[in-house]
Amino acid sequence: MSGAGDREAVFPTRQSLGLMKSKLKGAETGHSLLKRKSEALTKRFREITRRIDEAKRKMGRVMQVAAFSLAEVSYAVGGDIGYQIQESARQARFRLRTKQENVSGVLLPAFESYQTEGNNDFGLTGLGKGGQQVQRCRETYARAVETLVELASLQTAFVILDEVIKVVNRRDINSELDELDREEFYRLKKVANKKQRDTAAADAELKKKMQAEDKNSRSGGGAAADILAENEDDDVIF
Amino acid sequence: MASTADYKDRQFLAVIGDEDSVTGLLLAGIGHVTDPPDSQKNFLVVDNKTETSAIEAAFESFTEQRKDIGIVLINQHIAEKIRHRIDTYTAAFPTVLEIPSKEHPYDPEKDSVLRRVRRLFGE
Repeated sequence: MSGAGDREAVFPTRQSLGLMKSKLKGAETGHSLLKRKSEALTKRFREITRRIDEAKRKMGRVMQVAAFSLAEVSYAVGGDIGYQIQESARQARFRLRTKQENVSGVLLPAFESYQTEGNNDFGLTGLGKGGQQVQRCRETYARAVETLVELASLQTAFVILDEVIKVVNRRDINSELDELDREEFYRLKKVANKKQRDTAAADAELKKKMQAEDKNSRSGGGAAADILAENEDDDVIF
Repeated sequence: MASTADYKDRQFLAVIGDEDSVTGLLLAGIGHVTDPPDSQKNFLVVDNKTETSAIEAAFESFTEQRKDIGIVLINQHIAEKIRHRIDTYTAAFPTVLEIPSKEHPYDPEKDSVLRRVRRLFGE
């Protein structure tokens, strides 16, 4: 629909002028709404990608500190505690909750971490020695996990927004095309109907004329009257 | 798009990592073993002897079969072993997060999400 080359064919009547005007207005409003939505989402998207970048770097540092504190534990306890910990894990203390945030009609879920009270699978770890280090290590790792959860939320939002933005930008064009398609089809159907009606009417008129001429030349007669009746039946069909 | 039912019940984290990473994260309290009949753990310790197929199986079980996991943490050097699986994984839930390990510092170039970010902004 761009350029003067393929201009839409419209009958130049006042009614279709009004129709086209309202159509144009609707299309413009829809387009600007979608554009605003797309812009809001894109803005959010850029912000998220920037924060992902930051959070990933932060995660690198946090995990390094955490790994160091674990090394301290191994040193203090004087042995490998990995096996013991893996075996005593039963119930997660650290859990996730999801909440939603609405950005121009798109629900972005975000994770939130919380710690359940009471259950402690590792009460005996470091009981003999190194208890302090174990405690510190747990805290460090808990903070690290919080960072990871935050990052995971960002990443989820990233994936969802990416998808939604694609859809919004595509719908912009596709819905327009679909609508045009439907209208075009309807128009063609109307045109076909009208043509059929016109030709039928013309045919009937022609026949009538011919018969009238026939009648005139023969000036009456049973047979002619019969034919006339037959033709009148034809007329009734449309 | 994600519906509410998709993530409402996802309350655990899962981890695939080397011994140190798993130990540390378990200490933080993310470890969970489901009730006795099937007793599924939400963590996998990977060492040099672990088969790639075992890692893939764990990844699949965490991402596809289990519906109670919201975040899958995986060491980056282990993610490298099943890179094709991670790159083709595009679902929003659960989120797959690549984390550094003690011996393998974090490399943003390898991260599947960061690579997607770069591609989007045409760098």
